[in-house]
Amino acid sequence: MSSATDTAHHGHDHHHAPPYGITRWLFTTNHKDLGVLYMSFGLLMFFIGGAMAMIIRAELFQPGLNLVDPYFFNQMTTMHALVMIFGAVMPALTGLANWLVPVQIGAPDMALPRVNNWAFWLLPAGFVLLLATLFMPGGAPASGWTMYPPLVLMLGDSFPFLIFAVHILGISSIMGSINIAVTILNMRAPGMTLMKMPLFVWTWLITAFLMIAVMPVLAGAVTMLLTDQYFGTSFFNAAGGGDPVMFQHIFWFFGHPEVYILILPAFGIVSAILPTFARKPLFGYSSMVYATASIAFLSFIVWAHHMFTVGLPLAGQLFFMYATMLVAVPTGVKIFNWMATMWRGSMTFETPMLFSIAFVLLFTVGGLSGVMLALAPVDLQYHDTYFVVAHFHYVLVTGTIFAIMAAVYYWLPKWTGHMYDEKLGKIHFWVSVISVNVLFFPQHFLGLAGMPRRIPDYALQFAEFNMISSIGGFVFGFAQLLFVWIIIKCVRGGEKVTDQVWEGAQGLEWTLPSPAPYHTFETPPVVK
Amino acid sequence: MSHETTSKRHTKTVTKLLLVTVGMFGFGFALVPLYDVICDITGLNGVVNLQAADHDGATVDEDRTVTVEFIATVNGNRPWTFKPEVRRMEVTPGELHTVTFRTTNGQSEDTVSQIVPSVAPGLAGRHFRKTECFCFTEQPFEAGENRDMSVTFFIDSRIDERTNTVTLSYTLFDLGAGDDPDFDPEDAELHANTR
Repeated sequence: MSSATDTAHHGHDHHHAPPYGITRWLFTTNHKDLGVLYMSFGLLMFFIGGAMAMIIRAELFQPGLNLVDPYFFNQMTTMHALVMIFGAVMPALTGLANWLVPVQIGAPDMALPRVNNWAFWLLPAGFVLLLATLFMPGGAPASGWTMYPPLVLMLGDSFPFLIFAVHILGISSIMGSINIAVTILNMRAPGMTLMKMPLFVWTWLITAFLMIAVMPVLAGAVTMLLTDQYFGTSFFNAAGGGDPVMFQHIFWFFGHPEVYILILPAFGIVSAILPTFARKPLFGYSSMVYATASIAFLSFIVWAHHMFTVGLPLAGQLFFMYATMLVAVPTGVKIFNWMATMWRGSMTFETPMLFSIAFVLLFTVGGLSGVMLALAPVDLQYHDTYFVVAHFHYVLVTGTIFAIMAAVYYWLPKWTGHMYDEKLGKIHFWVSVISVNVLFFPQHFLGLAGMPRRIPDYALQFAEFNMISSIGGFVFGFAQLLFVWIIIKCVRGGEKVTDQVWEGAQGLEWTLPSPAPYHTFETPPVVK
Repeated sequence: MSHETTSKRHTKTVTKLLLVTVGMFGFGFALVPLYDVICDITGLNGVVNLQAADHDGATVDEDRTVTVEFIATVNGNRPWTFKPEVRRMEVTPGELHTVTFRTTNGQSEDTVSQIVPSVAPGLAGRHFRKTECFCFTEQPFEAGENRDMSVTFFIDSRIDERTNTVTLSYTLFDLGAGDDPDFDPEDAELHANTR
């Protein structure tokens, strides 16, 4: 690690303890520092997006227009989605990749450390643009995060801010993904063949390719919106020969792979945690890899299931319906593999394991409602109802967010050298898992009964379920403060942990000291 | 492994991935013409041919009738009146019919409108043939002008035998180009014809 090229890549802090002060974080090219930055940023955005969700649930606590202006309510639903997707979940997952991918494949750092720094610091810039719209006359974007024209073109001043924020966040994601892909492809330790990589690395490799493929398409779509608005083009303007439905096609060509970008790394996390606490190797490793790749491939040919109500021809509805239902096959392979991993294992139920088991169960609930939504004839009724809201919150909150929390509990001792407070962790888990079901399960019933989404008021017969849902929402929201406290407590001190931390933990990161030193694997380990 | 090669490998991989990024950005835009081509080839999306159809040689199918419904909408609540003179009619496939649309520009200035047709069910679009239509070109209206505009059409007798009702929907877009200094009626006509 002493050649001129390498020193140039690592900059001034190479071979030294981390520098102090704010410049450490501003100029850092260390993958662990950037992982921490990404995850902290994700946590901050999780609370900003969560506050918006609290406003939504407070407004829906009782029927009638109670608290906020309907237009502000629309801003909240739109911004909640944008902040949670681009601000909380994606940075949290990228942060985990930053911290874990190099130590799991035995690399000294990411392949492109300076790009890594740049990709991270674009995120706050993008979110300053996006969140600034909340304080502008006319308010934040209120068109729904899907930005459908012509509605999105009527936003006023927040429109260009929205577009440029999406551009910046897209550039950040693309740079982050290229970095991760290059790291995984080029920097594996000797002997670490592709099929020996931990599944978290595999799922992130596939996720990175998905992002590289679809983020530019989103950038193109929002650029078309921009030129339609300001430069007289008519991509989506019927008067000029365009078609607003085409936006939906282009958007969902991005949007469907995007939802798998949000879930695939979560699959990787759970595939790491379940074997540890079941004390058995992961069942069906190679089928897991192929299932992940199949899901990624299928994500490109199912986009129009978001659009069953736009008037697709019969042949199109059938194609997208069958292709969508096909996604359940590789996903089922994964779920059965996880179950088989736990089967007859010597299971213990530490907090990460609890979150992972809850992931398997509750993600399956979301998957099954997804299969229901895939049916074109019934989707005509479910479309744009709370059933859809319940579906994607089951896969995103009890799916991805639970997996991220499991990952934090699982690797936190490795990061800090201290064991987190197991008792508080279990309380956090049980409060979260109960309240999240109180929050989202009744929304299935609301949707089946016909309550539309994105509307601040509702008919009286929906009152009870909405109140129950809101109570669950408040409890779930405030329970997450406990999560922050547990992390802070663990960073500040706690029981010292061994290098392996968990009895059943396997993999290169557990051969490192706890806490992991600032620079690791400067001499690549040999994997047999 | 030597670091020289590592950095070269990085450059190679990064270049490839950047090319994919640029390619996919381009692909996003390529979807626009592709979308039109696919709609054109398959007849999806209720796209209606904006060139005048030739009625000569159209066969008349006396054995069946098709109900044709007319819808006229003004986009964006602009002050226009735009109404078909009949709401629906029974036609025999192959026979020519003419329907007029009452159109009034309720504004106190000259305005250009573009009327965009769409047919439901989508697959009937290619069998809905117009020999003459106000939708082929942009329609300039003087302030407050009231005019009857007509469409002459026939239903191609090759239309799917399961289709018994066809809806023709027109949406009037106010281009407001009366005071647009860049507006050139010839360009607009050219544009309309090439669509």
